[in-house]
Amino acid sequence: MSELDNLYREVILDHYKNPRGHGVIEGADVEAEGMNPLCGDEVSIFVSFDGDKIEDVKFRGRGCAISQAATSMLMEMVKGRTAQEVAALDREELLEEVGIPLTPIRLKCALLGLGVLKLALHKGKGTPLPNEWAGLAEDLELR
Amino acid sequence: MAVTAEAKLDARKLRADFPIFEQEIHGKPLAYLDSAASSQKPRQVLGAMTEFYETSYANIHRGVYDLGERATEAFEGAREKARAFVNAETTHEVVFTRNVTAAINLVAYAWGLDNLGPGDIVLATEMEHHSNFVPWQYIAGRTGAEFLAIPVDHEGELQLDELDALVDRGRLKVLALTYVSNSLGTVNPVDRLASWAHERGAIIVLDAAQAAPHRPVDVQALGCDFVGFTGHKMCGPTGIGVLWGRRELLERMSPFELGGHMIRKVTLAETTWNELPHKFEAGTAPIAEAVGLGAAIDYVSEVGLDAIERYERELLDYALPRLAEVPGLRIFGPPADGRAGIISFELGGVHPHDIAQILDWDGVAVRAGHHCNQPLMSRLGVPATTRASFYLYTLPEEIDRLVAGLHKVRQTFA
Repeated sequence: MSELDNLYREVILDHYKNPRGHGVIEGADVEAEGMNPLCGDEVSIFVSFDGDKIEDVKFRGRGCAISQAATSMLMEMVKGRTAQEVAALDREELLEEVGIPLTPIRLKCALLGLGVLKLALHKGKGTPLPNEWAGLAEDLELR
Repeated sequence: MAVTAEAKLDARKLRADFPIFEQEIHGKPLAYLDSAASSQKPRQVLGAMTEFYETSYANIHRGVYDLGERATEAFEGAREKARAFVNAETTHEVVFTRNVTAAINLVAYAWGLDNLGPGDIVLATEMEHHSNFVPWQYIAGRTGAEFLAIPVDHEGELQLDELDALVDRGRLKVLALTYVSNSLGTVNPVDRLASWAHERGAIIVLDAAQAAPHRPVDVQALGCDFVGFTGHKMCGPTGIGVLWGRRELLERMSPFELGGHMIRKVTLAETTWNELPHKFEAGTAPIAEAVGLGAAIDYVSEVGLDAIERYERELLDYALPRLAEVPGLRIFGPPADGRAGIISFELGGVHPHDIAQILDWDGVAVRAGHHCNQPLMSRLGVPATTRASFYLYTLPEEIDRLVAGLHKVRQTFA
C-alpha cells in the first residue's frame, strides 16, 4: 500500500471521511456554489462575516475524495482570516496542504472549493477574482 | 479462405503486434481496459501509414503524376476495403468522415435541415452517445421538429413496449439509434427497431462506433439508412471514419461542407456538385489516415469479427461474476447475453475518479466519467460511472488485476 499512501495520504482520506466545517450556515451572509462538469464534483460554501473577518464558513458537496478533502482542508485554513487575505490566497498554499502530485484533471478537483470560496467572498465583500481564476471559473461552472 | 466460423482468437499472440504493451505503467504491465474510448494500434497499421508517407504520399484525385496516382489508388483502395467491411453495395455509398460525430452531423444538417419541420418527430434514445443525440436535438430545435428519446429501463435496455405511444403526437421522421451502448454495452435490437421506424416512413441513423470493431456489421442486412463507424476504435488512426448511406438518400441530399473537391463546376453564377461520395468530402482528405483505416480493416478482418465477438463474450463471462463478487459493487447494464465487452459499474459510493486513480497505480487503465452519456447517467441516478472495456488484445489476467485493484479501492475507502 506504499504507493497508495503517496496518493491518498491518510490525511486526505481522513478529511474525506470526516470533513471539517461540513454543513450549512442558516442565514449565512453569502453563499456560492460550483461544479466540475467533468466528474460531477459539487461544492456549496456558506460564509458569515464579522466585519471583514470570516467568522464562520461551512461547505456541503459531493464528489471525489480530492475535491471534498481539499475543501475540508480549506475550511480549516480560512476561518478567522479576513476576506481580503483569503481572496489573495495563493492556490499553492492549499495544494501544499493537499500534498500529493496532481494531474491537470485532478487539479481542478482540488481547486474547486477554493474557487467557490473566492466567488463567495467576491459576492459578499467585492474582493477581486484574480485573472488566473477567470478560465477556471468557466470550467468549474461557478455561480 | 480457411474455415473461420470456429477460428479461435489468440489474444496473447495478437498482443505482440501492439508496441504500446511493451512499456510499464508505474512499474506494472499496462492493462488497457479503455478500448471503448479508443483502441491501441498494431504495427501493421502504423507500418502501413509510415510506408505510405515514405513511398507514396501526395495529394489525391487531381495529380497527373505517378505519385499522385499511387496516393489516389491507396486512398480509394481503402474506401473499397471499407465498402467490403460493411458489405455496402457500392463505394458511392461510402463517405469518409472525421469520425462518427462528423458522420452524424453530416446527416443531421444535410438531411435534417431540408426534411424536418413542425409536426415531425426525431426520436433518439436515452443511451445515445452525445454524438447521436446533441446534433439531432439541435437540428430538431432549428427546424421546429420535436425531439424525443426512447427511455432505458433498470436493466439498461431500451423500453420498447410503449414505442407507438411515444410517437403518436407527430410524424416520426428520424430514429437515431446506437447499435451498442458505449456505457452499458447493451446490444440493441436494430432490425426490429429499423422495421418499426421504416413502417412509419422514418430514416434510421445507426451509430455503429462500438459495434463495427467488435462484431460483423452488414449494412444491407441491418436495414438502416445511415451507419457511422470510426477508425480509431478498431485499431486504426484517429481522424478517419465512415458514413455509409443509402445511395438514393445521399443523391437527394444537399451537401454539408462546401469547398474544394466536392464540386463539379464552379462559375460566378452557381456551383454544381461532384458525384457520390465526393460530394460529401470537401477539402483535402485525411489520406494517410484512410490508408491506416484500410490496414486496420485488413487486421481485424484477418483476426475475424466473429472470432473477436466470441472472444469478448468469453471475457465477459469471465469478468461479470468476478466483479459481482466485489462487495458493494453494482454493475449497470444487461446480462452477458445482450451485452458487448463493456462493463460500467459503481463501487460503494467511491467516486469513479478515485477508483480510476487507484487502479492507475496498478497499471490498470479504465475510464471514469459520464462517457458522453449525460442523459443516461441521469436515468441511472449517478453523476458518473467507472467503465472497463475489452478488445482483441485483452487478457483474462488483466480482469484479475482490475478485480484486485477494486479490492484495494475498498480497503482504502473502508
